[in-house]
Amino acid sequence: MVANLGYGTLIIALVVSIYGAVAAFYGARKNHPAWVDSARNAMLLTFPLLTISALTIIYLLVSGHFEVQYVTEVSSKSMPLYLRITALWGGQAGSLLFWSWLMSAFASAVMLRKWDRDREFLPWVILVSLVTLAFFLILSIFVENPFLSFWQSPTGNITTAMFQPAGMTPYIPPDGNGLNPLLRHPGMIIHPPMLYLGFVSFIIPYAFAMAALITGRTDDRWIRITRRWTLVAWLFLSLGLVLGAWWAYDVLGWGGYWGWDPVEIAAFMPWLTGTAFLHSVMIQEKRGMLKQWNMILIILTYDLVIFGTFLTRSGVLSSVHAFAQSAIGPLFFGFIGLTFIVSLSLLSRRWNDLKSGAEMTSWFSREALFLLNNLLFVGIFVVCFWGVIFPVISEALGIVGQQFPALAGIFTGQKVTVGPSYYERATAPLFAGLLLLMGVAPLSAWRYSTSKTLGKAIWKPFVASLLAVAVLWIAGMRSWPALVGFWLCALVVFVTLYEYWRAAWARHNTRGENLLQALWNLAGRNRRRYGGYIIHLGVVLMALGIIGIELFQTETQGTIPQGGEISLGHYTIRFDKLSVWDTNDGRNIARAVVSVYKDGKFVGELYPRREYYYEAQQPMTIAGLRSKPEDDLYVLLVDWQPLSTSAATFKVYHNPLVWWLWCGAAVFILGTIVAAWPEKDPEMVILRKVVPATSKA
Amino acid sequence: MMMIKRSWFAILLTLLFGLLVVSVVSAQQPTPSDDQVNAIAKQLYCPVCENIPLDVCPTTACAQWRELIRQKLADGWSEQQIKDYFVQQYGARVLGTPPAKGINWLVYLVPPIAILAGIYVLYRAFRSWKQPAKQMDIPSSTSGPSAGQEAAQDEYIKRMEDEVRKN
Amino acid sequence: MNEISPSPIEQPSQTVRPHFWRILAWVGLFALLVVVAMVLLRKQQGPVAVGQKPPTFILTTFDGQQIGPDEMSGKVVLVNFWASWCKPCEQEAADLESAWRHYQPRGDVLFLGIAWTDTESASLAYIKKFGITYPNGPDLGTTISQAYRTTGVPETYVIDKNGNLASLKLSPYSSLAEIQAAIDPLLGP
Repeated sequence: MVANLGYGTLIIALVVSIYGAVAAFYGARKNHPAWVDSARNAMLLTFPLLTISALTIIYLLVSGHFEVQYVTEVSSKSMPLYLRITALWGGQAGSLLFWSWLMSAFASAVMLRKWDRDREFLPWVILVSLVTLAFFLILSIFVENPFLSFWQSPTGNITTAMFQPAGMTPYIPPDGNGLNPLLRHPGMIIHPPMLYLGFVSFIIPYAFAMAALITGRTDDRWIRITRRWTLVAWLFLSLGLVLGAWWAYDVLGWGGYWGWDPVEIAAFMPWLTGTAFLHSVMIQEKRGMLKQWNMILIILTYDLVIFGTFLTRSGVLSSVHAFAQSAIGPLFFGFIGLTFIVSLSLLSRRWNDLKSGAEMTSWFSREALFLLNNLLFVGIFVVCFWGVIFPVISEALGIVGQQFPALAGIFTGQKVTVGPSYYERATAPLFAGLLLLMGVAPLSAWRYSTSKTLGKAIWKPFVASLLAVAVLWIAGMRSWPALVGFWLCALVVFVTLYEYWRAAWARHNTRGENLLQALWNLAGRNRRRYGGYIIHLGVVLMALGIIGIELFQTETQGTIPQGGEISLGHYTIRFDKLSVWDTNDGRNIARAVVSVYKDGKFVGELYPRREYYYEAQQPMTIAGLRSKPEDDLYVLLVDWQPLSTSAATFKVYHNPLVWWLWCGAAVFILGTIVAAWPEKDPEMVILRKVVPATSKA
Repeated sequence: MMMIKRSWFAILLTLLFGLLVVSVVSAQQPTPSDDQVNAIAKQLYCPVCENIPLDVCPTTACAQWRELIRQKLADGWSEQQIKDYFVQQYGARVLGTPPAKGINWLVYLVPPIAILAGIYVLYRAFRSWKQPAKQMDIPSSTSGPSAGQEAAQDEYIKRMEDEVRKN
Repeated sequence: MNEISPSPIEQPSQTVRPHFWRILAWVGLFALLVVVAMVLLRKQQGPVAVGQKPPTFILTTFDGQQIGPDEMSGKVVLVNFWASWCKPCEQEAADLESAWRHYQPRGDVLFLGIAWTDTESASLAYIKKFGITYPNGPDLGTTISQAYRTTGVPETYVIDKNGNLASLKLSPYSSLAEIQAAIDPLLGP
């Protein structure tokens, strides 16, 4: 009954969405503001409807209504309350509904802003949002219905259906399967919502871009409106990616944080083009250039979001992350086809209107360096996209080869793996280039910068960075990739601090503010710039962590009896105790106590454990982790051989500097919040002309 | 008589003890160690589960494959030989990167070509946008075209910085 | 501010003319969509379908024999994919061997076991454990399973005397009777 309520609101929401889309289109075409207002109301109505729908699923999950198929799939009696709630996004059907709910939330929020200056955009923003929402609702209603129930025929056959089939009675399984054990971790609880938030919120800038193309208002109005939205979307996407990395490190037990799995990359690609877009719009705002390129970037970003979602959910890519295959593949394919073709058509139609009077005054100006930044980001994107799509192309060519035996020799269609070594080798120099740009670009000026002015500005931080690297060299580091990496990090840190320092010093001199106050006020005055600096600092800290773990990770594995020891570098692990027991929520836990010695001195205990979930028949290894800024010691209980007190196998990873990856991520997020924070009205300055108070839309 | 018996006994004991020592010592002779197995397993991928390296894959099948690597190492096979054996047995997808033959060459060629093409496009764009060189002498930005707050503040800060520098 | 009515859509300033980059963009887009569609269709298809001719292959058994299309032609062929690490495969192993002993004297039925992603020693141990006497060989390079588009083990494909797929089973056979029910109709006179 409750399930029917949820399903009913889904259907109503779909009807309302279709109505709103049609009304918006009609109102725009025929120039009837009343229809557009009605469409706006329809958009706003979808949010409470979908909220009811989402709440009904949560209710069904929490109260254990196992006659609903989705509840049986992802929930179970033994799961704690918070996991039952988060099971909303634990499976395909629920996560699609969650996606729809988020989309209606964001689109409704946009509806609530002041539209007076931009009435011509409104119908098209509504149209794009509602068409997308309608598509996801169609998926939820017809293909991946989270409200399907079990029914039993008199002969004992069990089927699923929404409404009671003739002659069948409700069937209630005794218990559910429970959430996949891998998903029962705090990181997994907020990683999917953050990621979905990031994905879904990119529809707003995209919708405005489409509105700009349709209405012909191709100036940078649409960028100014969506500037904060884009930053917020980017923030959520970054947060989602970082949380995923943290979860992988903490839970998956392979000593790493990023596996270059195709589904991870599918989420990474929109982030790459999104970051390029964030930088490139600054050029359009400052110089009025690159309108065409910015359109390309935002279309690419949003289309990649949809394409990545399609790849993950359709079964085209096989991956640990992928959802089980279902019929949504062809429908989703139709949707991405529609999105790609419409975007490209609109862009093509307005291409010439987007031409701007571009002029570049210097190779070292900030515009030029930002363009270089774009080139590098897009380069990394190309590497990632090609690596993901190549196995698909190879398989498609294999199908061709089967039809035309002459080509079968070349188009073998044999499955191949494009793995981390491809991505790492190809993107490392590009990332290094980005680090270098992060160091140089803040010192360049819009329009006019020469090698001389840039050289003058940079020589002090440059020398300081060389000194830092010299210290490393003297201390014995010889790995040249690490030296180059650390040099670039030092360069960026020194340049950023130098910039901040100079400006703070200037304020101190002219206003008598002490330095701390000056630093605070600077960030407050110009949040985007100083937020950006903080973000760059965060990135550099993350780079430190990445260089540490990628280039200097060591590992060892061995089987030792109780009391035995295993050594890695400065560390020795002694196996003290092993306890094995069954929990009351369907797990078998084997937990080892190991003592850690560094250079012979006792520094602590770790508790690596291996959990086995009976129902899911799935093992999980949770590492014992000792994390310090200089390095992490990561101890795993491995079951190559059966575990017992006489012999247990341990795998030990030594990961230097990984702590900085998480620290840097926190700084990164902080910087984004600073950059996105709404600015106060500017203070009146000494200038003798009146600065009109432009409203920050 | 007792002396001979005792000495026989002593020899027997010594022999037995020696045997024990030898057997203990040879038990500690490493069959290829886990680390050696892992060094190769790291570079291979589980043919059954996608995109999981062989050294961390928890399934029974992967455990068998790791033992296979250990056995081949004990037989004296080189790393390359073991990898080739795995490719022959299980297909090209066990390798981390596609073997460079046939159309797989495209994997390694397309990205560099695309990036070079991008550099070329950027270069042409720069060239067509660039103003003649005489404006290169103007040091640091004096004016931005937009009247937004950022430009005003940039200008303000830069002027104050000039002030500081002059002093 | 009072109501601003939405302005009529501005017309694009120039008619669209074919342009190299434009054409390239469209071609690229269609190529991507076509490629993705092909793979999606294939994934939706699943394994080889009943009525189709399954791909031919040559199996090199653990004994060194080569069994190919010549040995298979004119016979009812049961192709069973298994692995030593696959627990459900063990459920049907005994039934398959019994079925083989029942049909082998006839001479027009062939059972082939294909060890999928398995190690030789483990495979041989499995064969010995269940006393399997029909030919078994490894799926070298996983070429056979990729051609059949299998998605796991155990899977069994029964091919009739004309070379068409008569039935397929994507899970273990539950009984000897089920195996016989799959083969008997194909035996003919």
